[in-house]
Order: sequence, then C-alpha cells, then structure tokens
Amino acid sequence: MIFEDIKLLLTEKFGPGVIVGEETGGLQPALLIEPGQIASVCLELRNNPKTYFDFLSSLTGVDYGPEAMRFGVVYHLASIPYKTQLTLKVSAENDRDLNNLPSFPSINAVYRTADWHEREAYDLIGIFFEGHPDLRRILLPDDWEGFPLRKDYKTAEFYKGIKID
Amino acid sequence: MNSSNPKYDTALNNYNQKIADAAAEDMVLNMGPQHPSTHGVLRLELITDGEIVKEVIPHLGYLHRCFEKHAESLTYQQTIPFTDRMDYLASMNNSHAFVMGVERMLGIDKDIPKRVEYIRVLVCELNRIGSHLIAIGTYGIDIGAFTPFLWCFRDREHIMGMLEWASGSRMLYNYIWVGGLFYDLPVGFEERCREFVDYFKPKMVELNQLLTDNKIFIDRTANIGVLPLDVAINYGCSGPMLRGSGLKWDLRRIDNYSAYPELEFDVPVGKGEMGAIGDCWDRYKVRVDEIEQSLRIIEQCLNRLQKELKRSPDFDPRAKMPRKTIPKAQDYYVRCEGARGELGFYFMADGKSEIPARVKARAPSFSNLSVLPEIAKGVMIADLVAIIGSIDIVLGEVDR
Repeated sequence: MIFEDIKLLLTEKFGPGVIVGEETGGLQPALLIEPGQIASVCLELRNNPKTYFDFLSSLTGVDYGPEAMRFGVVYHLASIPYKTQLTLKVSAENDRDLNNLPSFPSINAVYRTADWHEREAYDLIGIFFEGHPDLRRILLPDDWEGFPLRKDYKTAEFYKGIKID
Repeated sequence: MNSSNPKYDTALNNYNQKIADAAAEDMVLNMGPQHPSTHGVLRLELITDGEIVKEVIPHLGYLHRCFEKHAESLTYQQTIPFTDRMDYLASMNNSHAFVMGVERMLGIDKDIPKRVEYIRVLVCELNRIGSHLIAIGTYGIDIGAFTPFLWCFRDREHIMGMLEWASGSRMLYNYIWVGGLFYDLPVGFEERCREFVDYFKPKMVELNQLLTDNKIFIDRTANIGVLPLDVAINYGCSGPMLRGSGLKWDLRRIDNYSAYPELEFDVPVGKGEMGAIGDCWDRYKVRVDEIEQSLRIIEQCLNRLQKELKRSPDFDPRAKMPRKTIPKAQDYYVRCEGARGELGFYFMADGKSEIPARVKARAPSFSNLSVLPEIAKGVMIADLVAIIGSIDIVLGEVDR
C-alpha cells in the first residue's frame, strides 16, 4: 500500500482530524498524527489486512530544541508481509518544566517493542507515556536528575556527592 | 526522583513494592552484573521459587556511554568510531549501516565504486563469522562445553588478524568511511582470505560434530526457551532470533542493499529439528548455518575482487568521499542486517551543519533482550542461562 492509500485509509476510519500534516520532502515520507489517537492508529495499521504494519522497528523521542519548545516521538513501522515501511510522528508543545513532562499515549499494548523503547525515551529525553505499565528509567540509575538528551541539559557535576570528571 | 509530580514516581514505587513483597515470600536473586553467563554487564533480578524462575527483571545501563549524546556533538565522519563501540563483536556491520544511511542522505550511494562495495561486504561477512563464532563458543561454555569455546576463538583469531591487517585494529576498525574506505585492502589480502576459507570449512564440520549433534547439548537446548513467531514479531526481535522462530526475514535480501543483490546465499531458518520451532537449539543452528552462508558470500566476493574488480594502482577508495558531509534537511531511517538483527540508525539532519540534530541507534540486541522476561517465565535457573546465551546479546549495543 502506498503512502496516499494509507492516508486515505486513516482519514476514512478516524476522520480528517487524525492526520495533522505530512512531511514528503525527504527520502522517507512521514505522517504527522494527532497525538491523542496514535495508539488507535497504530492498532488499526497493525490489524488492517491491507497494511499489516506488524513490526515496530524503532521508536525515537525527539527534543526539537529550546526555541521550538516542542517534543515529539517518531515511530518507524515495518510490514513483514508487504515488506513496506512507514514513519509516523507525533509532537506537542511543552514548557520544558521538569514537573510537566510532555505526554503521549503509550503504544505498548500494540507493540511490545515499545515497552523498552518508551522507557528509553522517558529516561533520556523526559517524555511521559500515558498508560505505560512500568515507566521507570532504563539506562540511567533510578535517582538520576534531569534528562541528558534534552538540548538544554547541563552536564551534572556531582552524582551522590561524587565529583564527575 | 527529582520531580515533585507523583505521577512520575509511580512505576518506581510499584517496582520497589514488588521486590519487597517478593523478598518476603520468595527469594530475590541477583544474577550479574558481573556474571559470566550474562555475557557482559547485564543484571538480572530473579524472583525465584526454589529453582524455578517466577519472574526476570533485567536492569541495563551498566555500559551506557551516551552514544546518542556524543553523536549530537560530532560530525558524521567523527561518529563512525563510536558506532564501532556499540556492537563491538561486529563493528564492521555497525559502521556499514551508519555509513549507508549518511550516503543515502547525501545522495551519493549510487556512486560508490563496485570494488568498495564488495570490500565492505567482504569485511562485514568476515566480521559476522567472527561474531557468530563467539556466540557459538560462549554458548557452549554456558551449557558446560569448554572445547568449542577454545576452537571458536582459535578460528576467530584468524579473522581478527586479517581485519587488523586491513584496518590496523583488532576489534574497533573505523574502516568503512562515508563515501569509501580507510584504505584499499592490503596486497595479498584476497589470497590469505581464500586460504582462511579453505582452512575454515573443515573446521565447521568438526564444530558441528562437537556441538550441534552433541546429545548433552541437544538435551540442554531443545525445547528450552521456545519463542513463538508472533511473540518474536511483537517484541521486535530480529536476526537469528526471528529466523530461529521460523520466519525467513533477512534485510540483506529484503532491502537488497550494497552488493548483496548480486550475491547468492540462502537464508537459514529454524525448523524445529530437535524440538519445537524457535527453541534455543534452533537459534543456535541458524547461526551455524549463517556462518556457512557467509563463507559462500566471501568466496563470491573474492572471485569478483580478484577478477573483474581487481586492484589497480590508480584505484582510490577515498575518491568519492565528500569534502563536506552536509545532507539536505531531512529525516532518514536506515536499517540493515547486523550480526544480531535489524540494526537501524535514525538521522535528523538540519541541512546546515555536518553535525546531525539527532541520531538514534536502534540496536538489535536491545529489542531481542526485551523478550527475555516473556520467555523465561517459569523456567529453571540453569535453563535461563541457556536462554540468555541463545539470545546472543552484546551489552555494548544494548546500553549504547
């Protein structure tokens, strides 16, 4: 199924509001999805016999920088029966306050791959995934402060009173 | 945690509560991070009832070296040595994937000379054999067989020697560069590589006699850690893990990148010869069969490299190297078949600088390992060791 067909399929199923934009400039076109519906969109794309995107290749958390005040998640889906790939993106504005993390629905129930990938995005970028069953830090220690892959992250000087060189 | 929002601490509190409860009823056992059978610094927290594993909680990050953070402050070319350090047993495959992604973004992937492509495939497949030899050898040691380990390392040493000859380093090569190679192969490499193939083929027969058909080995691995195909796909498993569950899915064939469409090789899959499809023995056997297929690829590469793509004095492997590596503003996800499965890099280029705005590495071991808690429920502790060995993780890649 080509890109335009997938767009049509999604708008027919979820209404025109589900796709908020698209990026077709590069080598791989991407669909910008309305953040609240990402889990149901993924479920539909996985279960629909016309698409069968049954493999989540990668899930990336993105910080678009302090000027944009925007965070996003990029999903790379692949279909094993059809040998196709698809990129989905969600993004939302956020004030970069550590007590108010950007939040997106978890797709852990659709792809279990997302379990650890979402934990990684939470750990390194500070994106909260609503409905994730076990959203703990995964690569860094549980008591780490801040989110290192954020563009405005200041390298910690001390960890538990130990100077970091 | 540092936040005052209690929502972010819920999962940690739940986890702590679970461990506290389990410690009262059952036993909580820490396996690793310094444990030989976890193949690196992986810590598994086991909740056990006697010898039975009720639950496995993996703890990662002991080898986290901030690959993605480094990549955001270095140019594309400078990042290549860092990719080597992800899957340090198959470094060539890592840099090949990374370089391919950058070349496609620059639009020069079609201009790469054939000789360069064939050398890349040659060294990648040599490295894949070396990596699978470690997987098989250390797997033997996990199960209790010491000889295969020593034999595998003896044969791997020849590969290490050859790759060192080509790149100057034993394990972390930095050999494949954007637009070309570090140097052409040293004079006499092809001949020595052919000698190695001739030497190695009978050794594989010996190894098969020693391990593959070994009664004890089969008893320890057949029907253990069965991974059904639907679970494997849903957890994002790839490589020998996915093929061991019976699916013919090899990105070298699916995506047909580099010189692979011109080469003949089969994709081995698990058939459940000794037990159920997708058990530890199947995963092991897929790796053994892949070594044989890699040898086929190497022979074909050597034929080409010695005949129509013969070395010539004026051949410059750096001729197509871009002066400035500045791709147009775009996102690109590249995937290729590493030694352990789908190795992907996601680039976000801003179109202005040589430094990517974001690089995400999709490591195959990371997703492969995430299935462990699922398939290790209710197994014996000794079988858990067999399952971890069959997943063949490299912690450098899991933690990045």
